[in-house]
Order: sequence, then C-alpha cells, then structure tokens
Amino acid sequence: MNLAAMKLRIVRASAVAGIACLVATGCERPSPEVIQRGYRGLAMGLVYNPRTLASKQAANAVPVAPPLADADGPPATTVYKNIQVLTDLNVAQLTRLMLAMTAWVAPADQSCAYCHSGADMANDDNYRKVVARQMLRMVRTLNTEWKPHVGATGVTCYTCHRGNAVPAYVWYHDPGPANMFPNAGNRAGQDQNVPARSVGLTALPNDPFSEFLDDKATNIRVVATSALPGDKGWIKQAEDTYGLMIHMSEALGVNCTFCHNSRSFTSWDSSTPQRATAWYGIRMVRDVNVHYLEPVTATFPANRKGPLGDVAKVNCETCHQGVYKPLFGAGMLKDYPELAGPMHPGMAAADAAAPAAAGK
Amino acid sequence: MAEYQNIFSRVQVRSPVYAGVPLPGGVWKRQGRGSFSYWLGRIGDAQIGPIYLGTLGVASLLCGFIAFEIIGLNMLASVNWSPIQLLRRLPWLALEPPAPSNGLHIPPLNQGGWWLMAGFFMTSSVLLWWTRMYRRARALGMGTHVAWAFGSAIWLMLVLGIIRPVLMGSFGEAVPFGIFPHLDWTAAISIRYGNLFYNPFHMLSIAFLYGSTLLFAMHGATILAVSRFGGDRELEQILDRGTGGERAALFWRWTMGFNATVESIHRWAWWFAVLCPLVGGIGILLTGTVVDNWYLWSVKHGVAPSYPQVFPTVVDPSTLPGAPQ
Repeated sequence: MNLAAMKLRIVRASAVAGIACLVATGCERPSPEVIQRGYRGLAMGLVYNPRTLASKQAANAVPVAPPLADADGPPATTVYKNIQVLTDLNVAQLTRLMLAMTAWVAPADQSCAYCHSGADMANDDNYRKVVARQMLRMVRTLNTEWKPHVGATGVTCYTCHRGNAVPAYVWYHDPGPANMFPNAGNRAGQDQNVPARSVGLTALPNDPFSEFLDDKATNIRVVATSALPGDKGWIKQAEDTYGLMIHMSEALGVNCTFCHNSRSFTSWDSSTPQRATAWYGIRMVRDVNVHYLEPVTATFPANRKGPLGDVAKVNCETCHQGVYKPLFGAGMLKDYPELAGPMHPGMAAADAAAPAAAGK
Repeated sequence: MAEYQNIFSRVQVRSPVYAGVPLPGGVWKRQGRGSFSYWLGRIGDAQIGPIYLGTLGVASLLCGFIAFEIIGLNMLASVNWSPIQLLRRLPWLALEPPAPSNGLHIPPLNQGGWWLMAGFFMTSSVLLWWTRMYRRARALGMGTHVAWAFGSAIWLMLVLGIIRPVLMGSFGEAVPFGIFPHLDWTAAISIRYGNLFYNPFHMLSIAFLYGSTLLFAMHGATILAVSRFGGDRELEQILDRGTGGERAALFWRWTMGFNATVESIHRWAWWFAVLCPLVGGIGILLTGTVVDNWYLWSVKHGVAPSYPQVFPTVVDPSTLPGAPQ
C-alpha cells in the first residue's frame, strides 16, 4: 500500500470514528417515527424512536399478581395490633398486601424484617415501617382524590419503587456548587448553565422541582393572557417554566405537542386533553411532597436525606420513568384493591387521621 | 491559456507587495510590509497586509479583549477555575445578566455587574470598530455602505442588549453571554411573548434573511456563469455592459421576465441584508413594550388562522370550581 492510499484510509477511518462518537454520545440513532395527532399541517405529531421501545417495554413489565384474597375473614384489626391505616382489610387481604409490598420494596435478602423489627410485628421502632404507613396513606389518597390524574389505572407501591427500597428517580434540594469563587462566575443563582439531567442536559435553570413542585409553588404560567402589555412574568421566569417543561417531557418520554399546540403553548382551547391531566399531575406531586413526604422528614435517618437534610421527594419521573403512562398504563391497581382506598368504608375511621389536607 | 482573477483561477500573480494608495495625513501608518499566502490565494487575494490599525482599531481591539476576558474568566470561575471543565462545559457556560428584580440599578459585580461591564466594553468595541469602518471608507474616498450595513447589525444587538431592557425597566430582560444559554433565552422570549413567529417584523426579518441567501445564490451563480465572458468584472460591466453582463441580463429576462442590472443587483442584496436585522430589531423592540402576546395580537388582527378542533374540548382546570391551585 502506498503512502497516499494509507493517508486516505486513516482520514476516512477517523471521519467514520468521529461521526460514530457524535452519534453514540449525543443522540439516538435516527430516524424517529412521527404520528400525527392534531389537524393536518400543524406539526401536532408524537415523536418517538422505535429502537428504544423494546427496552422501554422490558423495563416497564409488570410483576404477576397473586390471586385476590378471600373477601371473608376476620378483620385484621382483631388479629393484629397497631394497625392504623389498613383498618378496613381482613387478615387475608392484609397478608397479601404485606407480601406484595415486600416484593416491591424490600431488598430480597431482608423480607419482612426490612420494616418489622423483631418478632413483634406491631413494633414501630423501625423508621421504614413508619414511612411505609405514611406511604399507604398517600397511595390511598392518590387513588381516591387524584383520579383526574391517575384515573382508574391508579398507582401502587410498584409504580414508583419497582423493586427499589428508594424509588430510582427522586430529588432533593440542591445546595448548589460548593466552594464557589465569591466574586465571579455566578451562574444566575448557581442553578443554571451546567449540563443537568433534570432539564434534559440543557443550560436551563436545573432545579425546577424546588421552585414548582414544593410548598412555595411559584406560578408556572408566564405567558401574557392579553395581546397588549399585562402583568405576567419576565423572560427569566419563562426559562424556569421551560426547565420544568423539559423535565416533564423527559420524564414522560414525549415531545411538547403531547400536551401543547406549539403555536400557542398557553391556549387551552388548542391543547390536547393530556395537558389537563398533566396539570392535575403537577398539583398531585406538590400534594405528595408537601403533605406526605416532608411531614415525615424527622422519621428518616440522615443517610436517607439530601445534603440539606430534606427528605427524598417526587417529580413526574418518579412514577413515569420515561413513559407517557407509568408502566405503559398497565392497571395494577385492579389486582390490588387493598390500595384503592378503604375497602369497607365503615371500618376506616382511622384513615381520617391522615395528615393530608389533600387537594390543597 | 489560464484565466486571470476569478474563483476558478489557478494562476497566482507574485509581484512586489502593493501597499495601497497613499494615506491622507494622520498619526498612524500602515503596519507590516505584507506577504503572500498560497492557500489564501486559492480562495481570494494572496496578499496579506499591510493593515491599517489606527487609534480606533487599537481602542476597539482593547475593548473587545476586555469584554472577552470578563466573559471568559467568569465562565472559568463558574467551573471553579478548572480549564478542563471550561472546555468540556463551554457550550453550557454563560455570563448572566442581573436578576429581573434588580431593575435598572447597578448590581454587585457577581450578581450581574460583570455582565453589565462586559456589555459596556463589547458595545464600545463594536461602536469603535464601526467608526473605524466609516473612517477608513472615507479615507479611501469610498461610500460608507459597509459601515451602514454593519450599523444595522449593531442596531439589533443594541435593541436586544440595552434599549429594550431599559424600556422594560430591567437589565434582567437582556441576553446572557453564552452559547446554549443565549439560545435558551431566544426560545424563552418567544414562549414568554406568545410565539415570536406571529410578530410581523419577525416575519419580515425572516423574509429578508432567506431573501438574502436567495439573492446571494442567484447573483453569485449568475456572475460565475458569465465570468468566461468577462462578466465577473462587474464594475466595468456597470459602466459599459459587455457580452457577459448582456447574457446575464438576458438569462433572467428569459427565465423570469425581469432582470436586475449589474449595478442594481447590489442594491437589492444590500437592502435585503440590511433590512434583515433592521426590521428584526423593530420586532424585538415592540415585544413586551407594545405587544405582550404576539399570538393573541395576531388573532385579534386576523393574522392567525383558526383550524378545525380535533380534540375534545379542553378546559383550563384552574378555572373549574373547587380546583386545586
């Protein structure tokens, strides 16, 4: 081989390698599929990559449910002590649910002992048991009071936990970068202009959760509602909202037009019904964070808390995990009626003690 | 025989460096003795320099350097002075304007003060360079068309960076210095003001932008096509239309019924290029100051069409009785 041919070959090989690196690191392999949803010519398309579907479906397979428990039988409260939330279940139903929770949440080698300390099942010494009780209150509230978002599909522990003791996608308050030079290099409040996963690796403000999904609940709507100058937000606030929207898009694995008509993001009359569902979802997430997770902050040991001592909180991705409906809309709740809410309303007096002022 | 002086020419003339016409009196002389570059000769004139820097040029470069340093060092500080992180994250890094709540006050250095300073020096640099272009053109006895075309781009820059923010009452409305961040800002201003595509001045600006590329392609193609007849000697052809210019004119008259002249095509191109940022700047200036939502403005004035509704009626849930807020 002569020198020129060799040179050419090296140049070609590096060009191919360079392009391959670009594709492998930055993007999914094209081309995506687009499904038209809205009126023709308006770019109301759902964009997805058929090559990622198989792995997504495998990751969202639902575990096989055991047969339903016998509806007859002694109430669990007559057999077990210290039952505060599941007061409406009978012994068989309670046992079935406990086994399911063990499979969904507890590490395989720890089983019941992950939450229950010692032989006394009623003992509340283990913080995990106290948290689990709170989570049961939460799940029942979601399935009864947040139907505009969860619908009849509902949620179970598995929707978020998927076999993990702590759901894979949670968030903590961000303390910002440590030891920053004090006199220069401010990244607009230190939460912007870094490639952050929370906002899809854009340079947008990357903590939309503290701002929009917590107790402060800043107004998400920044677009003017009239043609002539009114009183809506600054461009900077639009960037904050944009960050939240990118999170939702990434968390659900959808593009903007799943909910919005991009000609006017703010107009409800040209939006899709999914936007209303998402609207309730944002309020639901706030409710979960403010009324169910933060109240049990003191219960958690330090190693379960964030750098600022706050409890793990949820966002859209906690349940959705990259899919437009968690678990591709598989209705697990119908297999676990114990989680749908009080089964025998008369027996559920203790449920009223839940600290939830849900719907706020 | 090889042709002389058009883009296909493989002949490069080597003569003593041409220093240019005599300068009028002034403090500065031209710098350097000039040299030749074979590779530059492949795409243009092979001669490099001598260059005329002048007081304005030096001042402009100095201001530009200061702005570049303020931006670059702030970016470096934002990654804790790590040169590797500066390279890895460069597209994400930015020097941000003050928070919107700061209004038009002079902010502390690290809360937008650096941004204001960088903006000042960048603006000074650009304006000094503009003056230099104007003065150099005058010194050569030329018209000042280049300076005014540059001025059109400066107008858009000033609208984005200072005029509109001042009218809106906050420096926080201005653009950050940064690669991705300024693109995010561009998307955000469109979202905030109800879709900039419905801004008629934005529409015009796009028309002039695309029009510029079209005119550029048409003109470049035409001249290349007639250069074998001497059509690339455009200045001569303006004065005395030869067979090259004649054929170029005939070609367009045959294909679209109308032709620009060798002179007027340059006025077409100049105006299209100048109008692009000129009307774009007007569009930005009106955004937020006069119009708050361009989509609703377009609906109000019958610009935005309506389309058949294919989804079930969607109601804003926050307007429903008993809705959570």
